[in-house]
Amino acid sequence: MNYFSDMIVWLNDPLNWTNPDGILVRLREHLLIMAGALPLAMVVAWPIGIAFGRSNRGGNLIVVMSNITLAIPVLALLTVLPLTGLGFGRLPVVVALAVFAIPPLLATAFTGMREIDPEVRDAARGMGMGSWERLWRVELPLAVPYLASGLRTAAVQVAATAALASFVNGGGLGTIIAAGFGLGVAAAGGQILAGGLLVVVLALVVEGLGALLQRLVTPRPLREARRA
Amino acid sequence: MSSLAEAKAGNPWFSWQYVQDNAETIRAALIEHVKFTVEAMIIATVLGVLLAVVAYWVRPVAGPILSLTGVLYTIPSLGLLAFVGPLMPSLRSAVVLALVIYALLVIVRSTLTALIQVPADVREAATGMGYGKLARLWRVELPLALPGMLTGVRLATVSTVALVTVGALIGNGALGSLLMDGFRNNFYKAQIATAAILCVLLALVFDTILLLIGRALTPWRRRAA
Repeated sequence: MNYFSDMIVWLNDPLNWTNPDGILVRLREHLLIMAGALPLAMVVAWPIGIAFGRSNRGGNLIVVMSNITLAIPVLALLTVLPLTGLGFGRLPVVVALAVFAIPPLLATAFTGMREIDPEVRDAARGMGMGSWERLWRVELPLAVPYLASGLRTAAVQVAATAALASFVNGGGLGTIIAAGFGLGVAAAGGQILAGGLLVVVLALVVEGLGALLQRLVTPRPLREARRA
Repeated sequence: MSSLAEAKAGNPWFSWQYVQDNAETIRAALIEHVKFTVEAMIIATVLGVLLAVVAYWVRPVAGPILSLTGVLYTIPSLGLLAFVGPLMPSLRSAVVLALVIYALLVIVRSTLTALIQVPADVREAATGMGYGKLARLWRVELPLALPGMLTGVRLATVSTVALVTVGALIGNGALGSLLMDGFRNNFYKAQIATAAILCVLLALVFDTILLLIGRALTPWRRRAA
């Protein structure tokens, strides 16, 4: 059980950080994948979720969709998409991860719109606001805490599943783990553990940043109301 | 030039020929996938319900258990696999352990939430009728918590079926290995599509079976509806 000391040795070797395929390069790839997948999912999910929520339609559709995506292995999309018109490289990985990030974003946008007090809507209408103005100045600010919580869930999920990109040569921190298993547990147990640790730490950091963001954008009165 | 067209035509997404020629391999992967799922779910359900009951009885640990399971759930599957891989005796048991951990988290959460939601007056009535702690749990609280528990088990099962594929990294992914072999073997589309579709179908079959079991176990809900 000296894999842990192997791990520390591996992490302490500066070359493992700065090599052309070292930790820093892999981390950058990982973050680039996330930076592609999250905005893509947001651009698709939020307008639809907000429109569905405002008109109170499509709620069942959203539930069905998130159930179906739960049953689709990430690996299936990761292997199928590069063989379609998307081609190989980072794009299919980004699209695959975006697909799995859409359900939480969609669901929270929908709930955020549904949870707005109808009287607030009426009051805004009574003040002479048009539909767009109401959305922009009243409804969206009230829905921000929901949107933020969905974004946090989606971001953690993307950070976690981006590790699977290594299966299809998409890079990312998972590559360290995959390369380690390729060498065999006996030879590279320390590297495998180190890769696992890096992936886990990244996910927890994203989770922490998400929680912080969620807190920052939630106005204090809403924060207290939520806790009660 | 016609060879290019042939190569394209020679790699269709669906091929009955492939399924027939490789029926034995596909069946083996499917059975392995079912075994992984069933093994992990049985262990996770038993452990999860036990843990939830302990947390329910010893209420001060309920909060920490709920938040701990939340944090653990954010741990990436590949990261977890990397951690348990070198530490377990065999790679197969590492996959089962990873599956159990994820399913366990979902089941503990849903069971504990369902138990806590049992109305206080129902509990008091049961105590008033002379039920002891265990009898009350078995005959009153668990039956009332059953719908919530079953929702958790269904959710955990569906994601377990999908998660088994990640085991392909260490050569123990059942249908996931079939998927990856197809990808590595010159992007054999028929194999990839067959494995992917079987995964989704398997999840749906498990979900339907559990739904039916749930209906059979809670006849009072059907009568009320």
